[in-house]
Order: sequence, then structure tokens, then C-alpha cells
Amino acid sequence: MSLAAPALRIGLSRDDLLMRAGVTVLALLLLLILGLPLWALLSKGFEDSDGHFIGVANYVAYFSTPALFNSALNSFEVATVSTAIVIPLAFLYAYALTRTVLPLKWLFQGISLIPIFAPSLLPGLSLVYLFGTQGFFKALIGGSIYGFKGIVIAQVFYCFPHAVLILTTALATADARLYEAADVLGASKLRVFFTVTLPGAKYGLISAAMVVFTLVITDFGIAKVIGQQNFSMGAVIGMVLLAPAALAFAIDRLVQRKQVALLTARAVPLVPKPKPGRDAFFTAFCVLVSLGILGILGMAVWGSLIKYWPYNLSLTWANYDFATFDANGWDSYYNSLRMAAGAAIVGTARMFVGAWLNEKTGGFGAVRGLVQLLAFLPMAVPGLVLGLGYIFFFNALWNPLNFLYATMAILVINTVAHYYTVGHLTATTALKQIDPEFESVSASLKVPVWRTFLRVTVPICLPTILDIAIYLFVNAMTTVSSVIFLYAPDTKLASVAALNIEEAGTTAAAAALCVVIVATSAAVKALHLIADRFLLGRLQAWRRR
Amino acid sequence: MTASSYLEVRSLSKRFGDFIALGDISLDIVEGEFVCFLGPSGCGKTTLLRAIAGLDPQTSGTIRQKGRDVSALPPAQRDFGIVFQSYALFPNLKVTDNVGYGLVSRRQSRSEIARRVDELLTLVGLPDAGPKYPAQLSGGQQQRVALARALATSPSLLLLDEPLSALDARVRLRLRHEIKALQRRLGVTTIMVTHDQEEALTMADRIVVMNQGAIEQVGSPQEIYRRPTTAFVADFVGSMNFLAGRLAAPDRVEIGTLGFACPAQDGLAAGTSVRLCIRPEDVRVRDLPSDVANRVAVVVAELDFVGAFCRATLRLGGADDVALVADFSSNLIRDLGVAPGGRLDVALPPDRLRVFAA
Repeated sequence: MSLAAPALRIGLSRDDLLMRAGVTVLALLLLLILGLPLWALLSKGFEDSDGHFIGVANYVAYFSTPALFNSALNSFEVATVSTAIVIPLAFLYAYALTRTVLPLKWLFQGISLIPIFAPSLLPGLSLVYLFGTQGFFKALIGGSIYGFKGIVIAQVFYCFPHAVLILTTALATADARLYEAADVLGASKLRVFFTVTLPGAKYGLISAAMVVFTLVITDFGIAKVIGQQNFSMGAVIGMVLLAPAALAFAIDRLVQRKQVALLTARAVPLVPKPKPGRDAFFTAFCVLVSLGILGILGMAVWGSLIKYWPYNLSLTWANYDFATFDANGWDSYYNSLRMAAGAAIVGTARMFVGAWLNEKTGGFGAVRGLVQLLAFLPMAVPGLVLGLGYIFFFNALWNPLNFLYATMAILVINTVAHYYTVGHLTATTALKQIDPEFESVSASLKVPVWRTFLRVTVPICLPTILDIAIYLFVNAMTTVSSVIFLYAPDTKLASVAALNIEEAGTTAAAAALCVVIVATSAAVKALHLIADRFLLGRLQAWRRR
Repeated sequence: MTASSYLEVRSLSKRFGDFIALGDISLDIVEGEFVCFLGPSGCGKTTLLRAIAGLDPQTSGTIRQKGRDVSALPPAQRDFGIVFQSYALFPNLKVTDNVGYGLVSRRQSRSEIARRVDELLTLVGLPDAGPKYPAQLSGGQQQRVALARALATSPSLLLLDEPLSALDARVRLRLRHEIKALQRRLGVTTIMVTHDQEEALTMADRIVVMNQGAIEQVGSPQEIYRRPTTAFVADFVGSMNFLAGRLAAPDRVEIGTLGFACPAQDGLAAGTSVRLCIRPEDVRVRDLPSDVANRVAVVVAELDFVGAFCRATLRLGGADDVALVADFSSNLIRDLGVAPGGRLDVALPPDRLRVFAA
């Protein structure tokens, strides 16, 4: 045996060198836009307000100050309750979409996605209109909508589509033959549900619960700190929020790994057969949920068109004249458009090329591992934490990059970093579905790897690339939690302006701005669907058999 | 080391952590030869092919191609064309562009490339497939396009990684002959990985049988089939009877009270437990001379109809716990009136017997 022989060092081709250089640049960039800002925040938690190192004193202060500690407990409670409400609702909704015969399925599917396009302020405003001190249905809610109840309802609205998307995927991948086997063996409907349906969706349920929990934890708790201006304590709160979010995210990833082999290539897809009683029940359920979503959206639209709630209900466009409510007027909307377009273009290129480099570079495990870790980080990091980290890092005098501070560029960079995980994951998944031997074939034909990337990989992944771009655009339009720390007077975004206007007391104008944001995102999404259907259909003739 | 050796593999090892995927492999391949790596899944045959291509480099050991040490070269600097089980055709490019993919970066003129692509498509029997996309072709056609693409740059070594496994039986049979004929016409040195022994036996000039990361035997299809040197090869290639016995003398094996003459065994001491091997089709029944060696009376226990012939399970008289499987032609069964429960005399020709240590 030649086991003692020295390990062979394989030579590197020009492609290998290029790709390794690419991965290294990618890792450095991720370090710059994610790692270092987070580190800056982390270290801030150990300093007093003058910047002196004081160890864990801030953390001690945090946990021994009931008001502060309770805010964390509150976040936790809101997240738990919201998750407990969203998951059953979303499961039934997803079940209706995938396992029953639903009339107008596409419509219900579309309605369930609406909350994704709305800034998180929108449900809050609608709830105030509906159930607030002067609300229509004040009596219905039994108690105040301000506080716990209102926050939970808003979070349920905000998280619903994410849970529905995950659970629809989980329920859609069912093997019809399992159900036939259960039928033949004479199992009751209930038994089939508990022995076949639920186990099949188990991972989807856990994953959805973890994602919703993370979303709430990372979204909530903005208000608590904003007025406070105590950055060191903000850092501590951020880190405290990071722990449960990171844990939930870790569980989700673990579960996802197990889900892979659930559906074999030989499975027969399940096509639901009509069953009047069941179908009627689920149709009614979907109508009810859809009315809830449309009600919240509709209330915001109506509220934005009303002269003076609730005394003068005549309609007006005056609330859309934003200049009367905010110094920036419509400029904040144009800023949002520019920022979202920038994030979509820069971010998509960055994420897709990055995912490709990381996926296809041979060897180089340590750096690729670092990239993978950094790419996963933002999903678990509350926007608040990232935003504060950016202040500490990019505003520092010693940082040669501090010229970026208060520019449009930093908003774009921050948004790309904030939403890096999903884009990276989407791209990676798409790349994993391509034949891994394409690069081997190219190498054997002596074709440089970048040519195969441009001629083959990108065209094949075009639909995925568009998906990522739309995802970034929509989120950039609605995001608040991180960018709220980073805008300058002339780069204020619409989502932030809506918050400012609301705080100044003009709810109607804030609602109007939210409606403009929803309309823009929905229009972009509609354009995407049309492009997907007609334009791509022509470009991608090769997909047809 | 022969002068005509085209590919020399020396002491090649590949480890994944503690797992030894390839242990100390040495192998010579002659120019123009068609070699098959044959073995069960997980035996290391694909690992060896990918090491030769440089796609998954070995942990240690050397590979020389045409005298040039390529051990540490990346795939792009080696000289080979490769075809995968999955075809790996670029789905968004037309057949013409797929086949011409490696030619474009060689700065050939457009008309030259077009001529070469036409020539290759004609060669693989698809002269009209050029303007189609891969998804519009059948599996067999796609594999032929993949073959044309691999041959486009005129590599001196062609690597085929289970190229026929994804195809249905009929297409597979036809492509076997086409690939073999093409290889002979072009004279390109070819290595094919397969787990299908029939494929290896019909296509290869030489077969390398592998098991658990090591080479069991290298030889022509006839050698591998007729004279397997290990029990694994005897069992893996074709059907084989394994009869437990004892080596009484260097050229004599005893099973129960029966004694059988066999080729002289040098490596085994008298008295060791052995397995006596014979292929089902080598059991003789007709026209046995009176002095025939290794005559034995049997009872037909079962008779399974397999189509072209019948597979008979025979109990040996004198060792009736030993079952011997033999293939009988339909003619033979009709002529001799063979039926379950019937008695019969058969002979096990000594030159067809193999003996392995138990």
C-alpha cells in the first residue's frame, strides 16, 4: 500500500485561480457588509456611552432593568402567540390550495401573497381605522387594539404569506400512491390525515413555524429603541434579540436538510378529487381569510381617500399630496424606487454570481465555508441589529469607507446585505438542480468556465434570476427596520417617510404612502408574471419538448 | 512497462477520510484499446475514471498519458473527451451548438466549425438533428449527440461513464454496437465504466474487474469469463455454481462421497476447504463417452423455463444436499425427456472447473 506516500497537490488551471479569486473577493465583501458591522455592534455592547470598555456591565444592566428586560420578554411573547395563530391558519389555507378542489384557486393564491407587498406599518394603520378609539368595529374587539392585540394581528397579517408559501410547497409534494395504499388498507380519513398527511408536512410545519418566529422577533422591537438614542443599550437589545432568532433559524436549517429525499422521482403527484362537503368548508374558510386580508388592505386604501376620519367621510386625493405632510413630498417615493432598483440590480448580480462561485469552485473549503456562514447570517439578524451595526461601522472616523455614510449607496448595500440569505439560497438551489457535469464537460472541451457560465448557466437560471430581483425590489420598497438608521434628509425612503408622517399624526397620508408602495410592488410583480409568461416563453423555447 | 503503453496508472490511491475508495491501483492501457471498468456500484470504477480525467484527483499515485505525467494537471490541460450517464447536454443550446461547443474557443472559422459539426453528426447517425434542442430528442439520440460533442475536438482518449445506463433495453443494445463500431473506425483509446457485465463482455477488448477499490482481474472478455482468477470475478461475471468441498489432492476435489478431477492447484494445500466452480452451460449431458471424467448421477429437482433454455436444479447422487444448476436447451429436454423427479447422468468437464479457497 502506498498510504505513506505524500498527498498529491493538484495543479490549478487559470479557471480555478480565477474562481478562487472570485470567492475570496466575495468573502471579503460579505465580511465588509455583514461581518464587520455586526462585530462593531457586538463590541459596542461592551462599552459605555463614551466608548470605554466596561465588560458585560451593559448586559447586567439590561437584565436587571425590568423595563428593558420585559421588552425582550414582550417580543418573545408576541412572536410565540403570532406563530401559534399563523401556523394553523396558514396550514388550512395551504391545505385548501393543494388538497381540495377550490374554485378560482389562482385568485386565492394571489390574495394570500398581498401582505408581502405591504410595509409593516399598513396593517397597523388599518387596525387603528377599524378598531381604534374612533374605529368602526371598536366594540367588537373587546378592549384596546393598541398594544399586544394590535401588534399580534399586524404580525399575523405580515407573516401569513411566508407560512402559506412554505406549507404549500410541503403539501404539494405528496405521493398519491401513499394515499391509495392507505385507502386500500381501509384506513379512516382521520387516520390517513394523522399517519400520511401530517408526517409528510411535518418538516414544512416546523420550518414555517421557525421562519414566522424569526420574522416576528426580527421585525418587532423597532419602536422600543428608536426614541432612546442609547446606542450601547440598543446594541445589547439587538444581541439579546439575535439569540432566539438565530436558534429558530438553526432549527429551520436542520429540518430543511432532512426534507430533501421526501419525494422520490418516481412518486405520482396527488391530484385532489372533488368532494362537496370538504370543498365547501375550505372554500368558505379561504373566502373568510381572504376577506380579512382584503379588508385590511381595503381599509388602508379607503382611509387614504377620506377627508377627515371619522367626521367627514367624503373622498379626496389631498392625502396623496405628500408635500403638505413631509418636507420630502413625493421625493421619498422616488428615492425608494431608485433604491429598490439599485438593490435589485446590484444584489441579484452579486448573489447569483456569488452563489455560482461558491457552488462551483473546487476545493478551497475554508473560504467557501466562510461565505456560506456569512450568507446565512442576515436571515437570523434583526434589521435593527444590522442598522445599528452599520452606524457604528460606516460612521466611524477611522473607516476609509465612511464617505458612504448617509448616501443612497449605503441604503442599497444595507438592503442587499439584509436580504442576502434568501437570494443566495434561491440561487444555490437553482444551481444545484443543473447537471453538475456541465463544468466537467467544459473543462474536457477546454472551454473557459466563465463562457459556460454566460452561455449556459445564466440562460438556464433566468427565471430564478428574475425571481431574486423581484424579491429584492419588493423588500427594498417596504423595508424599514434597518434603513431607518441610515437615511439622510435627501435619501429618505417612502417606507420611512410613512412612519414619520404617521408619528406626526396624519394617519391618512401615511396610509396613502403605504398604498402607493403596495401598488408599486404589486405592479412590478404583475409585470414579472407577464414577462415570465410571454417574453420568457419566447426566449426559452428550448424548454418545450 | 511496454513501449506501446498509452496510459500508465501507478499506485493510485484515493481516500475520503478513513474510507479507501481506491487502494494502490496500477494499470496499463494500450493505444487504440477499448477497456471496460466493470464492477458493482461503489467498487471505485467511476472514481478511477474521474481520477484519470482529473475531475476528482487521486490522493496519491501517478498517471502518465503518452509518456507525459498528467497526475497533477487540471482537467482542462489533459487530453480527453467525456460522455456522462446524464448526457450533460446544454439544454438551451441547439444540437449544432452543443457539438461545436469545444470548437468555438479554438479560433476556427465559422464554416470550418459547421463542416466539422456536420461531419460528426453524420458519424453518429444524426445528420438532421442540428437545428433541434436536446429536449426534442430521444434519450438514445441525446447520448449520440453527447458522443459527437466529446469527439469534436479529436481527443486521443475517450472516457464513457455508464453511457448506456439511462437508456431502455432495445436502444442500449443498438448503441452498444454503434459505439463499438465507431471506436474501431476512429481507433480512439476508450475507457468505459459499466456495472453491466454483458455490456463489458460484448464491447471491450479488455475488461478490468474491480471490487472494493481494488482490481480483481484484468483480461480479455474470454479470459474473464472462462478463467476467472478470483471467486469474486467468477461470481460477478455470468452465472456460476459454487460447490463446497475439500481438496483431496492437487488435482482432485471431494464433495461428500464424490470425487472430481480438476486442473492442478499449486497454491492450495491438500485438505483445505475449497469451492468447486462450474458454469451452468458447461454441465454436459449428451453423448457422454463411457470413460468420461467426473460422471455423476443426478436427480432433477426443479426445472425453470427461462425462454431460450431451461435452468435445471440438480441434486447430486451421493451428496444430495448439494444443488447443481445447469442450463439445458429446449431440444435437449425434448430429446431426453427431462422432467422434474427424473434421473440423469451428467459430466463436469475437468477443463471447465475452477477451484477457489473457501
